[in-house]
Formats: sequence, structure tokens, C-alpha cells
Amino acid sequence: MYINRTVFSEEHEAYRDTVARFMDEELVPYHAQWEKEGIVPREAWKKAGDVGILLPAIPDKYGAPGGDRLFSSIVIEEQAKRGLSGPGFTLHSDIVAPYILAYGTEEQKQAFLPKMAAGEMIGAIAMTEPGTGSDLQSVKTTAIREGDEYVINGQKTFITNGINSDLVILVTKTDPELGAKGISLILVEATREGFTKGRNLDKIGMKAQDTAELFFDNVRVPVTNLLGKEGTGFYMLMQELAWERMQIAIGGIASAESIIEETATYTKERKVFGQPIAGFQNTRFKLAELKTQVQIGRVFVDKCLELIMKKELDASTAAMAKMWCSDLNCKVIDECLQLHGGYGYMWEYRVARAYADARVSRIYGGSNEIMKELVARTFD
Amino acid sequence: MFDRTIFSEEHEIFRKTVARFVEEEMVPYHEQWEEDGIVPQSLWLKAGEAGLLCLTVPEAYGGPGGDRLHSIVVIEEMAKKNITGPGFYLHSDIVASYLINYGTEEQKKQWLPKCVSGEVILSVGMTEPGGGSDLANIKTTAIRDGDEYVINGQKTFISNGHNAGLTVLAVKTDPSLGAKGVSLILVENDRPGFTKGRNLKKVGMKAQDTAELFFDNVRVPASNLLGEEGKGFIILMKQLEWERMIIAAHCTATAEAALEWTIDYTNQRMVFGKPVSDFQNTRFKLAEVKTSLTVGRVFVDRCLDALMKGELDNATASMAKLWGSELLGKVVDECVQLHGGYGFMWEYPIARAYADARVRRIAGGSSEVMKTIIARTMFPKESR
Repeated sequence: MYINRTVFSEEHEAYRDTVARFMDEELVPYHAQWEKEGIVPREAWKKAGDVGILLPAIPDKYGAPGGDRLFSSIVIEEQAKRGLSGPGFTLHSDIVAPYILAYGTEEQKQAFLPKMAAGEMIGAIAMTEPGTGSDLQSVKTTAIREGDEYVINGQKTFITNGINSDLVILVTKTDPELGAKGISLILVEATREGFTKGRNLDKIGMKAQDTAELFFDNVRVPVTNLLGKEGTGFYMLMQELAWERMQIAIGGIASAESIIEETATYTKERKVFGQPIAGFQNTRFKLAELKTQVQIGRVFVDKCLELIMKKELDASTAAMAKMWCSDLNCKVIDECLQLHGGYGYMWEYRVARAYADARVSRIYGGSNEIMKELVARTFD
Repeated sequence: MFDRTIFSEEHEIFRKTVARFVEEEMVPYHEQWEEDGIVPQSLWLKAGEAGLLCLTVPEAYGGPGGDRLHSIVVIEEMAKKNITGPGFYLHSDIVASYLINYGTEEQKKQWLPKCVSGEVILSVGMTEPGGGSDLANIKTTAIRDGDEYVINGQKTFISNGHNAGLTVLAVKTDPSLGAKGVSLILVENDRPGFTKGRNLKKVGMKAQDTAELFFDNVRVPASNLLGEEGKGFIILMKQLEWERMIIAAHCTATAEAALEWTIDYTNQRMVFGKPVSDFQNTRFKLAEVKTSLTVGRVFVDRCLDALMKGELDNATASMAKLWGSELLGKVVDECVQLHGGYGFMWEYPIARAYADARVRRIAGGSSEVMKTIIARTMFPKESR
């Protein structure tokens, strides 16, 4: 390391060891199989829950580890380093659970958080619809109040953890007349009648992660399943965008770092024209350029993490981090795949899978075009 | 956005002094200096009087006794206003530092007060027509003859070359050796046999005098040796981190200014009935630029912080120099584009910044040399 990382405490580093060991033993050996199956078995989730890898930043009174967002960052980093794109832990732990913690009633928290921490219940959040991506105000799924119930109709797609999910935070319109102000979040258990899961979608990468279509046909849930207040869904979804985007940046930079390391090792071992690939100036210069950019990104991400911990990170800076790190990760992987030659195209090589996995990071969590729009607004 | 945290209140007060000086004494005259190809010594004297030169020279030698962040303040304030003519940082922060660190008490007393006041302008003669970054192979010799050195050779691309009253010259005192034969010798202007050649015409940096220097049996007393014989290479390598950070800081501040000019310009300039800044391409390009600059600013400040603590290593400083200069090149190019035809006109600062920026990827160790240094840390064996 050129510039030492200073954001983590000793306690964090001890946690990192636990996380790393768990992943090496319980996730890495099985990931290829999960890719073939298109899903991570619930067993792996339960094991992760047992060792305290789920819901790292949720208080211990809900059966969770009770750490902070740096604990979550560690899980993200260790997973990214190993190319473990299958288990949707972060979405579950650091996006879905925090909504319940922040806006749930005590009953909701008690009902869901301990089970989520244990990996007995898997969470998902359903925003995107076939006709709507980042433009949340125009969601078509409705939840119409009828006595003590909401009746939900509509369709969602691209839902991470969708097939595995036991609990979905559903973005609906409780008042279809209104735009953003008509949006509410409703907790829907997978057991509700009329809620069906569609295909497990085939994707370019992230092949072990289940990504589903969800259908809601007159699904009835009690009004107590409303999360927060009616009409405040949009507002709630906007509150933690900075942190949610940082999660992508954190994973991106950790992935890029590890790919560079692996590629440096590969180019030292692999020979061509009688010398290691690392003996060629092009190889060394390319990797020096990449390492430079990744070091710069690392310092930036850590600075942002510092601000996250102080609750000072603004949305446009997080947007910068998301965009810059996801772009960089893709560039790094592309160049590193090239340095691997034909092997880089073979699925058995980490760089090949990383190449396929990384592409979506420029799209999800707000596409990088949306990020640019957010940054550009600071000029107005 | 981030607040910068490396500067103290005192630095910020100093920044105001510098900004005022730049606005009043440099901005109005810079175009003339560009036409003249040189900045008059009167400006240097004024800068000396205002306390802008040689910030890190101790008070004992007439200096302000500041730190390197004071130097950075001057560099940034000049960069913001596109003032590339006065070769202050070469004088104040590179060459004067050699004197501070390796000069004898006599040399320091003789030269430093005049460097602080602007009476004597400093330059360093490294590059030769046949050798750039490859310092171990310089051809200029300084052969000991009794109490004197006899210097023969030629230097080129010497910033402050014409203005300089004192040149720190990299020579071989032992031509049979490589790096270990390199020594530094102070050469005053009035030594017989020392002549200055053309003021070189360049792509940019037009107000900065850049010279060829010729040495034909120039005799200087042995007491003009700076540091020890054979230690020149080491002396020149000792503060490379700092020299690279100077360029990184300069590039970052310039690119930030270029973004500001371009935001202003695209807000005002109308095309097809609306401001250029209303087009999504403009907004996205500038958002990309701003993002890279924000990331770069955090990195540069982190490096400066490490530098002040004595913790910055050469490879990291090389990353800052490499990336800062490459980024500046990209930023000014995009910004010229967004200015349209006006961006090509010299009267617009972005045009001059574009021309000026090109050398940053070459001077102070080229980007290729930076990559070599960084790669060496990744591939110690393969880089031999």
C-alpha cells in the first residue's frame, strides 16, 4: 500500500478476518456451482447469519451484529475481492433492513429484523417495473386501501434476491393520481396469495444472483404492512441514496484492486516470446496506469466513507463516487482481461467472470447517466 | 463537496495576499510578457517585496520561514489565474531548496537573501541536447584544476534561463562514472565563457523564458560546488516527491479553474436559442470533469498531507504527477471543445491553458518515467 488506509479500527479488522475466513470456506468453493444454478441456496444465507455477516449495521437488540457502516463496508469489500457476486447480502443487509429499521414500527422490526439477521428471511426491494427504471414517480403498481387491507396489483422486474426473497419492500402508488407524493412502501411477504415470482432472469453476469420478475394479482396485505406513512415512499427512498451509492463504489474499487493484483501475478508467471508478460513495457505501463487510478479512487472512497460515518456525505459526491468507481472497475477489468490473453476470456478465470459481473454496476443503483445529471445540477 | 483541510488559517490569510498580488501585478501584464517571451525582473522584485518568493527559506537567511503549504498557496493562486510566465516555483521551491539543504553557510548567506528579494533569479541546468530524464549520462563536465573547476558543455530547455542570475548546474566531475560522477556547481552569470543562447519558442508557456546555455572553459572557484562531489544525483533525487507534488498541485488547480471558466462560458453562450450549458452533452461532459477533479483534489490533498508528515513515497508522488498532468490535458481539451471557436482564440484563457498544459506531461519527469517508477514497485524483478 502506498497510502495507508485509516478509516478502520482494530475491531473492524478483526471482523474482516472473520468475514474473510467465512467467505473462503463457505462461499468461494461453491460459487461456480451457484452460477450454474442461478441462485445461492438458503443454507449459505443461514450460515452467513450464524457468523454475523448479515445486517452488520443493525442494532444487536434485533439479533444483528450491532456494528456500523464500516462493518458493512468490510463485507462488501471482502465479497468484491473474491468476485462473490452471487449472494445478495448487501442489498438485504444494507438497503432493505435499514428501511425497516428507520421507518418500521416496533412490531415490524421485531417481526422481520431478527429473522433477516439470522438469514432465515431474505429481503428484496422492488422498485423497477417493465416500463420504469430510475423514473420512480411513474410506477404503475398500485396498492389501494380497502378496509384494513391494501389490494396490490402490478408487476416488477430486475428484482435482486427476487426468487429467494421472503419479504419484499414494494414500491407502490397508494394514490395513483399523484406522482412522487402518491408513492408508498409496503411490506409484502412471499406467502401472500396472488404474489407470484416469474422467471429467474438470464443475465450477462452476476449469474449466481437470482434476479426475478414479480407479479401481484389482487394481493391483499393488512394495512399494518405499510412501511412509514402513506405518500412518503419517495421521500424514504431518497434518504439514504448517498450510502446506497457508496456501497457500489466500495465494491467497485475493492474489485479493481484485487483484479490488478491478480493480473500482476498472472503476468509475472505467464511467458510469451521467452519472457514473462510483465517483462514487456506495455504490460508494466498499463498496470501502472491502472494502479494509479485505483489508488486515487481508493483515497477518494475512504474519504467518502469518513464522511458517511460523520453523516456529512452529500448526494452529488456519492454520485461521483458511484460513477467514477464503477467506470474505473470496468476499465480496469477490461484492460486486465486483455493482459490475460485468451485465458482472460475463459470463465474459469476470475477476470472473465469479473468482466461479465461488473457491467451492470454502471447501470444499477442509478445509471451513470443519472449520476452525471446529479453532478451537473451542482452547476445550476 | 469537500472542504479542504490541509491549510491553516494563517495559510488562508496568506492566500489572500497572494491572490491580490496576482490580480494586481500579474494578470494585467501577462499578455505583454507572453509577447516579450519573458517576465521582467521588476516583477520578481515586487514579488520579493510582497513576500511571495522562497517561502521555505528560513528567517535567518532573510526568508519568510514558511512551509511547503505556503508554497502550494502561491502555486495554486497563480494557476487559478493562468499565470504561467513567472517561474517562481522553480526558483523558490526547487532550486532554493537545494541551496537550503546542501549549501555551505557562506553560500546560503551569499545567495538566499537575494533569492528571497528577487534580486537573484535561480535556474537549474540539467537537460542537455542529448539527454532528458537520463541524468546519469550527462556530458557537461567540470574538471578540477587547482582551486577551480573548468566547465565545458551545453544545456537546453532551461526554465528561467535568461533571467537567471545563478544557475545550479548538473555536471560530471568524474566523466568516467555514471550517476556517481554527477555534481552540482553554482555558476554565476558573469563567469567568462558562460553564454546564453536563444530564448526557445514553445507550444505554450510563452511568457516563461526557456534557454539554451553554453559553457566554454568556464572557470568557477571550487567553493562553488554545491554539496559534495559525486553527490549531485542524490541531491537531485532527494526532493523528487515534493517536485512532483508541485506539478500535481499546479495541474489540479489549473484544471479546476478551467472547469470554472467553462461553466461560466457555457452558461452565457447561446446556441440554437439556448445556453450551451442546457445541452445534455455539455452537462455530462462537465459532470465527468468535475467528478475527476473532485477525486483528484482529494488525492492531491491527501498526498500533500502525507508529504508534510514526511510520509509520501516516490511512487505515490509519481501517481499524483502522472494523473494530475494527464487529467489536466484531458480537461483543457474537453473545455476548449465546449468553448467552440472561441476556445481556439488566444484571448480566451482556455486556449492558453490548453497550450500551456501540454508540457506538464513531459516536464518534471515524463508520464512514461512516472509509469516506470510506479511499475517498479509492482514488478521489481521484471523492471530491471
